[in-house]
Amino acid sequence: MKQFSDLISAVELTNKTNAKIEALADYFRTAPDKDKLWLIALFTGKRPSRPVKTTLMKEWCMELTELPEWLFLESYSTVGDLGETLALLLPNPTHKLDLSLNEWMTELKVLKTKTDEEKKAFVLEAWSGLDQQERLIFNKLIGGSFRIGVSKKTLVNALAKLTGIDTNRLMHSITGHWDVDSISFEELINGTHINYDNSKPYPFCLAYALEKQLHELGEAEDWFVEQKWDGIRGQIVKRNNEIYIWSRGEELVTKQFPELVGAISNFQDDFVIDGEILAMKDNDVLLFNDLQKRLNRKNVTKKLLEEVPIGFYAYDLLELNGDDLRDYPFKERRKHLEQIFSSTALPEDVKLSFLVNFEEWEDLYAIRNNSRAINSEGLMLKQKKSPYHTGRKKGDWWKWKVDPLTIDAVMIYAQKGSGRRSSKYTDYTFAVKKDNALVTVAKAYSGLTDKEITEISQWVNKNAIEKFGPVRTVKPELVFEIAFEGIALSNRHKSGVALRFPRIARWRRDKPVDEIDTIETVKALILSC
Amino acid sequence: MPKENQLIKFTKRGIYCPQGKFYLDPWYPVEYAIISHGHADHARRGMKRYLCTDDSKPILKHRLGADIKIESIPYNKILNINGVNVSFHPAGHVIGSAQIKLEHKGYVVVFSGDYKTQPDFITTPFEPIKCHTFITESTFGLPIYHWKKEEELQSQLQSWVKANQSNGRTSVFLGYSLGKAQRLMSLLDSCDDIYVHRAIHNLNLAISESGLKLPQAKLWSADLNKKTLQNKIIIAPPALLGSRMLKRVPNSATAICSGWMQIRGNRRWQAVDAGFVVSDHADWNGLISAVKATEAEQVYVTHGSQAVFSKYLNEIGIKANELKTEYGDEALAKAEKEDVENKKIV
Repeated sequence: MKQFSDLISAVELTNKTNAKIEALADYFRTAPDKDKLWLIALFTGKRPSRPVKTTLMKEWCMELTELPEWLFLESYSTVGDLGETLALLLPNPTHKLDLSLNEWMTELKVLKTKTDEEKKAFVLEAWSGLDQQERLIFNKLIGGSFRIGVSKKTLVNALAKLTGIDTNRLMHSITGHWDVDSISFEELINGTHINYDNSKPYPFCLAYALEKQLHELGEAEDWFVEQKWDGIRGQIVKRNNEIYIWSRGEELVTKQFPELVGAISNFQDDFVIDGEILAMKDNDVLLFNDLQKRLNRKNVTKKLLEEVPIGFYAYDLLELNGDDLRDYPFKERRKHLEQIFSSTALPEDVKLSFLVNFEEWEDLYAIRNNSRAINSEGLMLKQKKSPYHTGRKKGDWWKWKVDPLTIDAVMIYAQKGSGRRSSKYTDYTFAVKKDNALVTVAKAYSGLTDKEITEISQWVNKNAIEKFGPVRTVKPELVFEIAFEGIALSNRHKSGVALRFPRIARWRRDKPVDEIDTIETVKALILSC
Repeated sequence: MPKENQLIKFTKRGIYCPQGKFYLDPWYPVEYAIISHGHADHARRGMKRYLCTDDSKPILKHRLGADIKIESIPYNKILNINGVNVSFHPAGHVIGSAQIKLEHKGYVVVFSGDYKTQPDFITTPFEPIKCHTFITESTFGLPIYHWKKEEELQSQLQSWVKANQSNGRTSVFLGYSLGKAQRLMSLLDSCDDIYVHRAIHNLNLAISESGLKLPQAKLWSADLNKKTLQNKIIIAPPALLGSRMLKRVPNSATAICSGWMQIRGNRRWQAVDAGFVVSDHADWNGLISAVKATEAEQVYVTHGSQAVFSKYLNEIGIKANELKTEYGDEALAKAEKEDVENKKIV
């Protein structure tokens, strides 16, 4: 475990991606075969199910340390991570256990079937034989997630550096179906268990934000305009009866969206389609916040499938029945794409992205302003002659987003973040005026610099009303401009409104609290958009 | 002996002794201030008269100006001020740091200032003092804070330096100019040449001139040949993180040295290469053993985890109350940052 523990120390401390890749590559060069496989399994979510409940681990730790529960919880809310809290609270080790990662994982697999008493004996023995960092890792191996800043992509890049194998292929290999016990490291990275020819995606064509006047783009008739749907960009690859869904982050997300796989299997042709994965219900696009509930889940429950159904808007056709169409003009590709969609008994969930009807450039202003009402981020402008470029290229495609809405609100609660942010108050709740009181309108986590967060955290420490627990009520004093993409009436919220994708636009140090918005002015925004 | 403690009062300007007519580490200007140690949150400007330990005196003069009116006495020597017996006792926090003991008609109050119970290689070790009222800090007053032994810490730091050297890298350690810097010098003494930032260098000179012996360290100045620094050790104040001066050191690895580095989130928050748990304060067990050793009937808990630590003390049968003060790590960090930015340097 020492080697694995050193690797974790090395990757969690640096925020330089190259240093992480170097440390991982080094591990892959030197670690035993099975340990390498476990490392890949752990970082790609192929973790065996939790053998010991967290409540039991907490209980045993309190028993060992003789700490009252409130003090345990206070420690937990300072540290922000249960496995780490346990590791820090426990007394120093009395002896040294030296097992490899594979040996620990094998033991943990067996542990699942044991009684609580046997589990306790095993965990206590492990705790007393591991140093602080190893203990943390042991606790993490039992359950919880490894939030140490190693994404699948970093892992893949390290493997690519080591082997020279194409990254998308490696991504397919490690996220494909395999099992530590029945594959070797060589076999895994060479992809003997997958057929990459069937899954290979293309690099996405990306657009820049519009930086000129519309009429400077030339004749309006040379352009197609579409909605810029607010989901995650995805590529659907269908070849030889196999279907793969790639996200723009070069991850295979096929398993997260079973309904899309089902819908696509109804199509006759083989193809690669570029489009947008969206939360969609009864033909309406839902909020990005809703879509988020479906992302990065290991298991998609039936309940979730019903609550947040997924749909797909197809933008472009990159490959048709084995032919690469990327050099065709967009107009041609679009025609083929339309044919695919006309020749099938269309499933509801996968749709053709519709073209915006317009004659003059001026027509687009009103249409863009209406985007918000249909949960679109704005418009995409695409030159009809444009090929499907590799990566980001200026000139042929432009995104033209609607400006966000903003309000001024005051911070009323602050809470610590997680992972890297666990030591600071990073998650805030904001309120606006309602009569003579305040009413919560939004929670926001993003938009401030590290420096501002540090300053606000210190302020929260000084100005908090509670002294215990993870949430701090603060004096309503700090004013922020909150930006958001949309607003709707809502019965679920006390304020009566729900904001879409709220984030902090800036800290209004210049603004006193009595100048924040009122709930009436906030509601008035609903009518204006 | 008075039943209740009449010896000290908590005022807006700081902790006051009416009988003795002096303040302990006051945060606003007063006539007479008795100072526990040289950090900026405890030793502030503007006092008409200062009293501190002999070892703190050069530090205070250096920081607050040569013209301040200041007297000093050695550890353990009693000075009678208006009928109150005042003495300093080692706090193990930084060079010259002391707990301040007040005794009047048999009633004893001890003000801890900041303290560390574990011995290191450079400060006079902490000595527990029996008293009726104990005023304790609580910077690391949570059971997640446990410090390693000095020898273990030393080998940890030195192996990091060696690993950096094998990659041709310069090791940069960040720690406060007073206390942490000298402690790091003592931990890294045998390792390789140590260069220190001007803020630390000037303070070291002041300390050495008064006769205290410090480990060797050279001035890290901007005009040093870059080759000279390769593989060597630099110690600088945390305020320098992200500065041009630090960025100019080619191929360096940077480590923050602080008790807060115990928590991964804190280590990861800063974009540095390493975080070492090196603290000048008592850890959880240190705080508890110190409080118990005083056998105090009343404990006041100042800066840090006041709420948690006083609640816990009450639960284990020690009467404790929170006490709001203007001391603390944030105040110190802010003061040092301002000093470095104004080049007025600690």
